[in-house]
Parts: sequence; C-alpha cells; structure tokens
Amino acid sequence: MIPFTYARATDVADAVRRGGAEAARYLGGGTNLVDLMRETIERPDILVDVTGLSHAITERDDGGLLIGAATSNTALAEHRAVRTRYPALSRAIVAGASAQIRNMATVGGNLLQRTRCAYFYDEAGAHCNKRHPGDGCDAMDGFNRMHAILGASPSCVSVHPSDMCVALAMLDAQVHLEAPASTRRLPLTELHRLPGDRPDVETHLAPGELITAIELPAASLAVRSTYRKVRDRASYAFALVSVAAALEVEEGRVKEVRIALGGVAHKPWRAWTAEAALLGQPATEASFAAAAQAELAAARPLKDNGFKIELARRTMVAVLGELAGEAV
Amino acid sequence: MSIIEDTKQLVQGAVMAGMSKAIALAPDRWIPGGTPDPLISHRHGHIGRPTTRIDGPLKVAGAAPFAAEFPMEGMVYAALANSTIAKGRIVELDTRTAEEAPGVIAVMTHRNAPRLSPPPAFMSSPKAAGGDSLPVMQDASIHWNGEPVAVVIAQTQEQANHARSLVRVTYEAEPAITSLGAAKARGSRTAMFMGQPLHDEVGDADAALAASAVNVDASYSTPRHNHNAIELHGVTVAWQDGVLRIHDASQLVAHEAWTLAQMFGIDEDKVVVTSPFVGGGFGGKCLWQHQVLAAAASRMVGRPVRLVLSREDVYRLVGGRSNTEQRVALGADPDGRIKAIIHEGVTPKTAFNAMPEPFILPTRSAYASETIKLDVQAVELDMLSNTFMRAPGESVGTFALESALDELAHKLDMDPIELRIRNEPEKDPTNGLPFSSRHIVEAWRAGAERFGWSARKPASGTVRDGEWLVGMGCATATYPYYRMPGGAARITLTREGHATVDIAAHEMGMGTATTHTMVAAERLGLPLEAVTFNYGDSTLPGVVLAGGSQQTASIGASVIAAHRALVKELLKLAGNDSPLAGLKPDEVGGTDCGLCKLDDPALYESYASILGRAQRVSVCVEASPSAPMEIMHWSMHSHGAMFCEVRVHAVTGEVRVSRFLGSFDCGRILNPKTAGSQFRGGIIMGLGLALMEETRFDERSGRIVNPSLSEYHVPVHMDVPEIDVIWTDIPDPHAPMGARGIGEIGITGTAAAVANAVFNATGKRVRDLPITLDKLM
Ligand SMILES: Cc1cc2nc3c(=O)[nH]c(=O)nc-3n(C[C@H](O)[C@H](O)[C@H](O)COP(=O)(O)OP(=O)(O)OC[C@H]3O[C@@H](n4cnc5c(N)ncnc54)[C@H](O)[C@@H]3O)c2cc1C
Ligand code: SF4
Repeated sequence: MIPFTYARATDVADAVRRGGAEAARYLGGGTNLVDLMRETIERPDILVDVTGLSHAITERDDGGLLIGAATSNTALAEHRAVRTRYPALSRAIVAGASAQIRNMATVGGNLLQRTRCAYFYDEAGAHCNKRHPGDGCDAMDGFNRMHAILGASPSCVSVHPSDMCVALAMLDAQVHLEAPASTRRLPLTELHRLPGDRPDVETHLAPGELITAIELPAASLAVRSTYRKVRDRASYAFALVSVAAALEVEEGRVKEVRIALGGVAHKPWRAWTAEAALLGQPATEASFAAAAQAELAAARPLKDNGFKIELARRTMVAVLGELAGEAV
Repeated sequence: MSIIEDTKQLVQGAVMAGMSKAIALAPDRWIPGGTPDPLISHRHGHIGRPTTRIDGPLKVAGAAPFAAEFPMEGMVYAALANSTIAKGRIVELDTRTAEEAPGVIAVMTHRNAPRLSPPPAFMSSPKAAGGDSLPVMQDASIHWNGEPVAVVIAQTQEQANHARSLVRVTYEAEPAITSLGAAKARGSRTAMFMGQPLHDEVGDADAALAASAVNVDASYSTPRHNHNAIELHGVTVAWQDGVLRIHDASQLVAHEAWTLAQMFGIDEDKVVVTSPFVGGGFGGKCLWQHQVLAAAASRMVGRPVRLVLSREDVYRLVGGRSNTEQRVALGADPDGRIKAIIHEGVTPKTAFNAMPEPFILPTRSAYASETIKLDVQAVELDMLSNTFMRAPGESVGTFALESALDELAHKLDMDPIELRIRNEPEKDPTNGLPFSSRHIVEAWRAGAERFGWSARKPASGTVRDGEWLVGMGCATATYPYYRMPGGAARITLTREGHATVDIAAHEMGMGTATTHTMVAAERLGLPLEAVTFNYGDSTLPGVVLAGGSQQTASIGASVIAAHRALVKELLKLAGNDSPLAGLKPDEVGGTDCGLCKLDDPALYESYASILGRAQRVSVCVEASPSAPMEIMHWSMHSHGAMFCEVRVHAVTGEVRVSRFLGSFDCGRILNPKTAGSQFRGGIIMGLGLALMEETRFDERSGRIVNPSLSEYHVPVHMDVPEIDVIWTDIPDPHAPMGARGIGEIGITGTAAAVANAVFNATGKRVRDLPITLDKLM
C-alpha cells in the first residue's frame, strides 16, 4: 500500500471540494478500493471518506424511492419497501459477496467496484490494458472462463462484477451525481462504459464527480421482478451469468418486460433487444427462447467461456417462464 | 530429481525390496504388532469414549499462541518480493528506494544474504525436510514464477509491505517449460516414490483386458490444487546466544531443526523449533523458503524477525498438489469378476523434488484381479515444487479408479456395491501379503443400510424434484497404514502418580494432544488429569512426521516402547517385596494408578507404593520402537464406503450435494469426537476436490493466476450438507492400540462418489475435475 492522507467528508459540498483534487478518491466501505490499494493497483494520494453522507432511504411523492449513496448493501436489501416493491434488487444484493462484506459495502461503492479479472489483480506479473493502457491483455488468450461474451473489445474482455447493478439496470434506476459546478442524473444503464480501446475508463463520470443517491422510479411491474444468479459454488462467488427480470402478461401476451444480464459484459447488460422482441408476443417458452436468442446473437465466445452463451439463454428462459407462471 | 539421486533411490529401493521379502516371510511374532497391543482388549476405559479436546477452551478464548503471535523483544517484520518469470536470471536489482522508505532496516537479496547450504530435500535422508533441494536466495538464478527475490525488513508490517512494492527487478528470461504438453514432448520417466518405482505388474493385463467379455477404458484428469489452511504460514525467529529459535507452524519440528542446522552449518542442537499449535497442515506446513529467509534475515539484522506469508505468498512459496492425467481400464467377465486392471498416467514435478503425485497407490490393494498393471510417468516443469496434500495419490487416484468401477457396474448392469464386494481380494493382489485387518464389506453393508441405498434407481436421469435431477453414487475410500522410523518418547512418572509424556509430535487441530493424553492415561492406568502430553518442540525425543496419517501410530508405538521400559524399570524398583515380584514386563500393565498382572489383576502394586519403597520421587525413561516392519509383513490399509446424494439443476447444471455418508473401517477409533471431525473434514475437502478446487496455472508464464480465496474456490457452508459418519470400530490386531490412521481417508473416494451420483442423476459422466456446471449443460 502506498501512503495516503485521509479525510472524512462532512457534507456533499465538502466531499466534492476535497474529491476534486488530483489523485483523490472517494472511500465507501473500502471493500474493493482498499483491496486494490493493497495490491498497489489503486494509488490515491487522498481518500475522502463519504460513508458519513446520506444513507437515508426515502419515499418520493411519485411513488419511487431515493437511496442515499452511503446506504449499506445490507440496509438496502433488508428495507421493507425494497423487499416488497423491488424484490429483484433485494435478491440481487443478498446473492452477492458475504454478509460481512455487504455490511461494509455502500451503494455508491458497489456501483463503482472494479472487475475481478485475475490478470487485472496481478500488478507485478500480468499484462493488463485496464491497469496500463497499451500494455496488452493477458486474459484474451489466458484464463477467461469468467469473462465477457457481449460488448467486449480487442483491448479488454473483462466483466463488471456487481449483482446489485444488474437489478438496478433492469429497474431503470437513475444515478444522482454532484460535482463542484454541476448536479445531474444519469440512467444507470448509461453510467458504465463498454471497454472499447480505453478499458481504463470505466464510467461516464467526470473526474471527481460524486454519487449522492440512486433513484428507483415507481413501477408496478417491479413488484413481480426477480433475480437469479448462476455461479460456481452455492454462495460467495461472482456470477457466471445472472438475470434480473420483470414481466407483465395480459391475456396471455407480454404487456411489459424488462431484462438485464450480469456476468456477461463490461457493464450491467440491459437486454433491450430481447425486450423489444417480446413485447406483444405470447408469453410462452418459445417466445422467451426466441427473445433470448435475439439478444445473444451478438455474443462472442472466448476460449473458456463459450458455455456462458447457452447458460445465459437458458437462464433467461427459465426466469421469464417463472415470472410468466406467477403472472397467471 | 537428478539421475544420480534417482540411482540412489533405486539402490535403496533394491535393498528395501530384498529386505521386505525376508520380512514378509518372517514369523508374525518377530514383527512389531505380532503380539497385539494389550490396550486393544481394554473396553471401558478412556479409549473409545467421546472426549472433548483439551485445547478447546484455549482456542475459543483466542489464547492459543500460533506461530505468528509469539511476542519478542525488539522484533521486526519482513515482507517478500517474488519473481515474475519462470526461469532465467536477475540482471538488475534496485533496492535503493525500498531501503530509503520509512521504517526499513534492510533489504536482503542474493547479494547480501548469509551464505547457506541448499536444503536436503525431503526423503533424501531420514531427517531431511526441504520441499526441494534448491539453494535459497544464494544467486541470481530464477527457477519458478514466484520465487522470492528480496526480503524487506522493517519496523512495522505495513512499512515492510510498502517497501516491498518499491523493489525493482529486471530479469533475463530463459526458455522455460511451463506447459504439460511441452513437458510431455520432452519425455517422461517412471516416477520414483519413497525409493520405489511407481510401477507394478501382475500377469499380462493388456492381454487380459483384450480378452475380457466386458471392459471399460477411460481417461480422467485432475487439476492442480493449492494448500489453503486457515492459518497462513508464519514464523517468528530469533538468534539467541548462537541458538536459532523458531516459532513455527510445522508438521515436522525435528526434521525442520535438523535441516535448518545443515543449511546454516551449525549443530543440530543449536536449532530449536517449537510449534504448539498449527492452524491446519494437510502436508503444506513443512519446510519452505519462508522459514529459511526469516532465519537468514534475523541473522543479518541481528533482531528477532516475524514473517507471515500473505495468502498470495502461500501460493507462490508453498507447493501444492500436481495435476494428473490418468487412464483406467478394467476388464471383467459377464458376472462382474475383474480380470484386468490397468491404471496409468502422467503427472508433473520439478527437477528438484522427489514427489510425483502417486495416484496408483490406492489401486495396488483395491480389488482382486489376476492381472494388474500400474504405472506413473513423471515429467518435469519449471514451477514451484509440488508436494504432499491430504492423501497424495489416493485422493485423485480413487477419483479415476472408483469412477471406472462405476462405469463398469453400469455396463454390467450390476449394483456398484455388489460389484465391489464381488471383487473383494483375499490377500493383497499386488504384493501377495495377508491383510492385517480388512472389514470393508461390513462397512459397505452398514453404510448402504443407513444411507438408504436400496432406494436408488439404477437408471440414470429418472429422479426429478422440480428443476433438480437427483442421483445417488458410491465409491470406496482407502488409505494405507504407515509408520515411519524415528519415533521415540520419554515418560516421567512421579510418586504422586502424575505422568508426563514427551515426544516431538504435532497438534494441527486433529486432536492429537487430547487423544494421546487418553491413550497414555489408559496405558498407565491413570486419570486424564494425571497425564501431561508435551509435543511440538524439536528438543523433545523422536523424529515424528505429522503426515501420511501415521502420527498416531508413530506416537503409539513410541509410547508403547517407552512404557515397556518404564514397566521394566518399575519392576526392578519394586523388587522382591512386591506382589509383582518375578513378573516379566510383558505380563504387566497399568491400572488404577499402579501396575498389575494382565491376566490376574489382583496381583497389584500402586506407583506410589513402588516408588515410595524405592525412595524415588520419580522415574524417567526414554525409548524407541523397533523399525516399522509390520508394513512389510502385512498389507495394512484403512477403508471406507462413501455414499453421496446430489441434485443437479436441469437448466443450469449447478451441482449441490444434498446428503453424504462415510462408513469407515479404520481399526479402533480412539476418540470418536475428534475422529468424527477428521472424517467430516476430509469429506468436505473431498467435496471441494470434486466440485470446485482448481489452481489456475497459466501455462504461458508458469504463474498461478488465482492466488486468493476469492478466486480459488473451497466449499462454503452452503456447499456442505449434513455429513453422517459411522465406523466398524474393529481393532487391527497388528497396529498400536488397534488403530490405523484416519486423517486422510475422508478425502479419498469422495470425488468419485460425487461424480458417480452426478452420473446417476443426469446420465452424464464427468471425467475431468472439478465438476463445474458447464460440463453438465
Ligand atoms: C471476496 C469478495 C466477494 C465479493 N463478491 C461479490 C459478489 O458476489 N457480487 C457483487 O456484486 N459484489 C461482490 N463483491 C464486491 C462488493 O460488492 C464490493 O466490494 C462493494 O460493493 C464495494 O462497496 P464499497 O462501499 O466497499 O466500495 P469502496 O471499495 O469503498 O469503493 C469502490 C469504488 O467506488 C468509489 N466510490 C465509493 N463511493 C462513491 C461515491 N459515493 N461516489 C463516487 N465514487 C464512490 C471508490 O472511489 C472506489 O473506486 C465482493 C467483494 C469481495 C471482497
Ligand atoms: S480482460 Fe481487461 S482487465 Fe482483464 S487483463 Fe484484459 S485488459 Fe485487463
């Protein structure tokens, strides 16, 4: 770990003032950032602790929820309104990490956690364009079982590891951002970038921009949403593939649907193509399979992860089938 | 292993082979264990009573001192920098920035490290402990990706860790062999293990296979595994008045002390290794570079040094289990009698160690067959030396063998348990020795009954519960009885009736201290509280390895020898005025705080009375048992019948083990409480072997890419169902206390039981571990 200074932000203005400094980083629960600092992959000079900022979960007049960025993962998953109105979010969070990590982790930090690509973590011994642009990518022809099947580039094939973000992408969540000279919102689906030729730039945030809250829009659809995560052991493993979905069926036909995939791309993957393919179609296994197929038409396997394409297809069909069963 | 060392091993092997012939033919009574240990007939004493571990309260309170917790005056901290190439030379080593970093006392490299002899590699001489024979930080050459190149010594651990990241190394890489394919292309040799070739032939197995009415012939593979004991490897080291004191986590304190003495060129009694508690060993807590580097660093800076490996360091410095590629071919007649067994394959090691993963071992004594061919070919890679890991050989060998048995049963349309029972051998099928005690059929019957095996549907893929396919499988578990030479123990008995047993043995969480307190108390006829069992200190008698599931036998035999000497001494002191007068040591045993005639307990005198009359406060004896010839006279093995129920997700291929039962035949069970934990722990490790454990070794660079518990998966609680364990409890008349080893057998057979259950559930045969979901989609 490289020496650094530490300051605890007293309010949003204080945080963005400090966070604007070069080589300053916001510190949430530290479950990702501190690990990366120990590996000397992250080398901030200044840590601005933002866990003292808002961790309130408040009802909005329009029926949505506003969640302070410092809310712990555990608190969010356990919140009554979340469990009853956005069950997919609750399930996604508890499917991730361990109880201890979820107690420490914040919503803001979860959004910006970095990939678990093993070569990314090996500062001393591996080449990685995400750590050092232009250095090469050892995962491309190396171990890439956990890696991307969608939206990857010749520069980087890593995936975003968050479960929570997959549910948020499906739920049309908005991210509230604050900088010294600006306040804005971004749909969660537009927060993260695909790797392109700059895998080191992972989001559309401006330097020093602070996440202050997440907003969940009201949606009756979300009540019947769910999350399914497929992984290599029963718990405490990152997703090979995960699916967050919500479905409304009217007279046997799909009236509304939202689907997002995890473990498949450099960002939480909203399955727009599948959604479009399903609207108005009969809520049958055949339609679900066709929609999944359409979404995955662009999927490209690497050496070790070809199974993910079939796994994603099957899991999407199973999850939609389960929701359709509940809908009747 | 060089050709010269191989030849040395061959010569030793030939001598051994000649000797073992003579021992095999000798009368039983000449052999240790020829007369059963009298303790076997004690039925209502300490032995066999579930006894809570004596170190439990200490551990629960966090008060048990582990190696990295010994405080020392003026202690400093070390951190390692490791190489990032597999082979070559260091051409530039810039330590200046690191040396100038806050708190740094020194940076040790090959340029300034004390001059050391290379470590004598394990098995190259009786007390050798080296994981390999490579010099430790003595020159610029690099032998594996991850080899330590610098040790930073600083005032705090954080300062040392930081400065380590400032060490700059430039290498000149040389071509390295880091892929199994390349190594195989370079050629292989018949592997040598414990001085003997891993090759056996009985009859013409190829011909018998070709002539068999029914046969199976399949290839299996198992990946590399790494040690992940919960306690990281750590040492606290100091030089005090010319004596090197090491607080270590060690499963071979006496070997380690001797080996370090050789390396540092000092007398053996100038090295003291203590290891009161070990947080998991499994074969990984032996001598690797970290103890040597810490000792060298401590000598260099003249201060006590603590070096605790990070989890990543453990992967880079401590060897693991090598991968294997195995072929098993079985031929049988139509009613399931096996006519041919072939088990052969390849495994990598290094040029500097003597440890090929001996996966044919379980097959040697498994099934009756007129023809058998077994062979392990070793190839050499440029990698960290591989090593022992719980049941080396048997763990992965039983996966292949017992999967093949299941394939054969399926082909014969026969119940897999019946197939195994039908081929139960009368004597050891490869060396012809009689079995010392083998009750595996009882274990199978009892296990099948308790598990509800009769409910299994022989046709695969027929039982479904919602989205889950359900299946049952079984497999034989097996692990040999070993006892290594070198044991010795000291017993001190006081007039007040307190006994102290001293032996350089180890407590790694298995319950050794508890169990041997029980055994010693039983043997001496004392209450548990009247016995102190001292261990974990190289200055105590004995050269005892906590490995090969042989520590209990080794301690047992040593204590028997010391006890015999004690009885002799006590009879002498008792003299002619004692009721025991005229009795021979073998006629006498301990009871009720004294001695009595074994077959006439009325002839008795208390220790207090004997020592009082002799005007002695105490008596102290030390003795060694005779060489372990019993293992050349009988075929001695523990066995188990493993039963597994799995659920495989029909959509995703996820596997969940829902029930597991192990039914064991391991001789007498000394302490059912700690034994149950050993069996269960072994089975849990077996579940990891079956379903998830895998070291990702990048064959391009020779570097392990998942050196963390986040990416290297071991089972978490949710992966482990309730595990039922039962045992025959039939004493082995030829083993001390009637007990064979139990520490490793739990991991054997488990992976095959899982794979066979997966086949029963899905109709899919997975022959390559681990059984991940992609193999079942
Ligand atoms: C062993 C292990 C297993 C795990 N398994 C899973 C899993 O299965 N599924 C899963 O989803 N996750 C998993 N995680 C990841 C875990 O969810 C993240 O580490 C956690 O959510 C990060 O939150 P944090 O508050 O600790 O973030 P930090 O580590 O504090 O920060 C992470 C990043 O976010 C930035 N940041 C934090 N707060 C803000 C803010 N308000 N505004 C702007 N930037 C901010 C930081 O600067 C940093 O770059 C696992 C982690 C570990 C260590
Ligand atoms: S996949 Fe991306 S993160 Fe992984 S090594 Fe390649 S560039 Fe780095």
